[in-house]
Amino acid sequence: MTPAKPSRVLMHVIVAFGALFMMLPFFWMLSAAVKRREDIFVLPPVWIPQDILWGNFVEVWTRVPMAQAYVNSLKIAGTVTVFTLLTSSLAAYAFAKIEFPGKRISFATLMATIMIPSQATLIPVFILMSRLGWIDTHWPLIVPPALTNAFGVFLLRQFFMGVPDDLIDAARIDGANPIQIYRRVAIPIVRPALMTLAIFTFLGNWNAFLTPLIYINSEELWTVPLLISNFQDAYGVESEWGLLMAASSLALVPVLIVYIFAQRYFIEGVALTGLKG
Amino acid sequence: MKTRSGILSKYSVVQRSEIKWAYLFIAPQMIGLAIFTLGPILYAGYLSFTKWNLIKPPQWVGLENYIDQLQDPTFSNLLKNTIVITAGYIPLVMIVSLAMALALNQKLRFTVIYRMAYFMPVVTSLVAIALVWRWVLQPDFGLVNYLLGLFGIDGPTWLSSTQWAIPGLIFMRVWWGAGFYMVIFLAGLQGIPAEYYDAAKVDGASSWQRFRHVTLPLLSPTTFFVFIMASIWTLQIFDQVYIMTGGGPGEATEVFLLRIYELAFRYYRMGDAAALSMILFVIIGCFTYFQSRYSRRWVHYDLG
Repeated sequence: MTPAKPSRVLMHVIVAFGALFMMLPFFWMLSAAVKRREDIFVLPPVWIPQDILWGNFVEVWTRVPMAQAYVNSLKIAGTVTVFTLLTSSLAAYAFAKIEFPGKRISFATLMATIMIPSQATLIPVFILMSRLGWIDTHWPLIVPPALTNAFGVFLLRQFFMGVPDDLIDAARIDGANPIQIYRRVAIPIVRPALMTLAIFTFLGNWNAFLTPLIYINSEELWTVPLLISNFQDAYGVESEWGLLMAASSLALVPVLIVYIFAQRYFIEGVALTGLKG
Repeated sequence: MKTRSGILSKYSVVQRSEIKWAYLFIAPQMIGLAIFTLGPILYAGYLSFTKWNLIKPPQWVGLENYIDQLQDPTFSNLLKNTIVITAGYIPLVMIVSLAMALALNQKLRFTVIYRMAYFMPVVTSLVAIALVWRWVLQPDFGLVNYLLGLFGIDGPTWLSSTQWAIPGLIFMRVWWGAGFYMVIFLAGLQGIPAEYYDAAKVDGASSWQRFRHVTLPLLSPTTFFVFIMASIWTLQIFDQVYIMTGGGPGEATEVFLLRIYELAFRYYRMGDAAALSMILFVIIGCFTYFQSRYSRRWVHYDLG
């Protein structure tokens, strides 16, 4: 090994300092959640308090409906993810590997909608949901995202196109129907892409805020972001910082766990969005 | 029967047997598309020409909503805020994320850990993290003003000041979003063949010259893509503003989605809200159009 060049050492210092800066808000959030109330706003900030108080993490489950919100968010994000994977991969497989009349026009229509911001359809979809009697239920948070994921179809189609036709023909000769070919031949090959789509779908729906804000009133139906927002309005930020920070920390736990273990898929997923351009 | 076999004549027997499967496969997404995207966008277009408070039936008013919006001082304020946020945020986030990407592309040790730290804010809920940032930007005991104070600078009051609320939001958004664009830039950087750098080195180019004449031009498709995506997403800011400032102080941080939300779900002015969402849709459509129209021209995989 050659000794490190000074410029490289400097680079390390800068990069490490940047990383530290990025992490500071997370450190503060955790530390405020386990501090005594009067120590939260002390300057200079005490990053690691002398006594670590877990009271806020206990209270957040008892004083506010955090457990219920957690279950709701997991249920919604989980269901949307499962159905998104199913519907997008089926459509993507058909567009990639089956010939049928109307294929070009239906795929072109789907792609044309990829950039329609969901906010443009917010009001009509809200009205549709109220006609269906779905206001103040979880359905508006589950059904539309599970059935409309043009980007997911696009992404998976790219991967299905890479499945060799010989493999599919071999399965056809063995008498497999398309659903069997899709399940046994194509799906195993595109598994990494499915994983990427799963992670992004879960994340997006776990963090979603605008739709729960519009559709949900009842406390027992709140999602985690909605709980944090309503909790802030109800109790006021100043009086309950510690509790709010405990709630925020808990909101980040599933996401950070998934992120740390599946970092590769996150990074690949973003890089794939970039390739779209 | 004849026409049917005419349409199908280009398909083999096996392919014909698969057609019904194909329709079954695409059905859920195509039905979703019709019900939740195409139908609603047309209906939103119709609603934008009506007055509707959800109680009485919609009443056709022609272009009135659009004229009202364009003449309303709230709209020009909203447009001004959006332009200021975009003009401040886009260059800053592009510079920061490119700098991060260049640093992480040096193949330093621990790159994986650094990349993880830089990208971490991206995965977090804006609602949860926006609260932390209310402390970071708190004038008297917040982190930013404390750090500024160490250098003898008396920091502004950030979110409670009409002047500094937008810079505060921009600052936070750069922190939150830079990691995302960094990863896109990293992918772009890794797509540049090493031979170009080797050739430039042989020619005696300094590292700045290599950056200026090899990296930047070859990265231009990525840069353009980042620019467009960041613009589109900046137009759609909501969570952060709703939690951190609620559009205030006054209307200093009012943005498109917040206004649409208020019009529709606080004042039940569905027609006005629909008109505003159509205006936003058209603006975003323009960006998307430029993206698809010019990206092809910008993309060059190779210098040759």
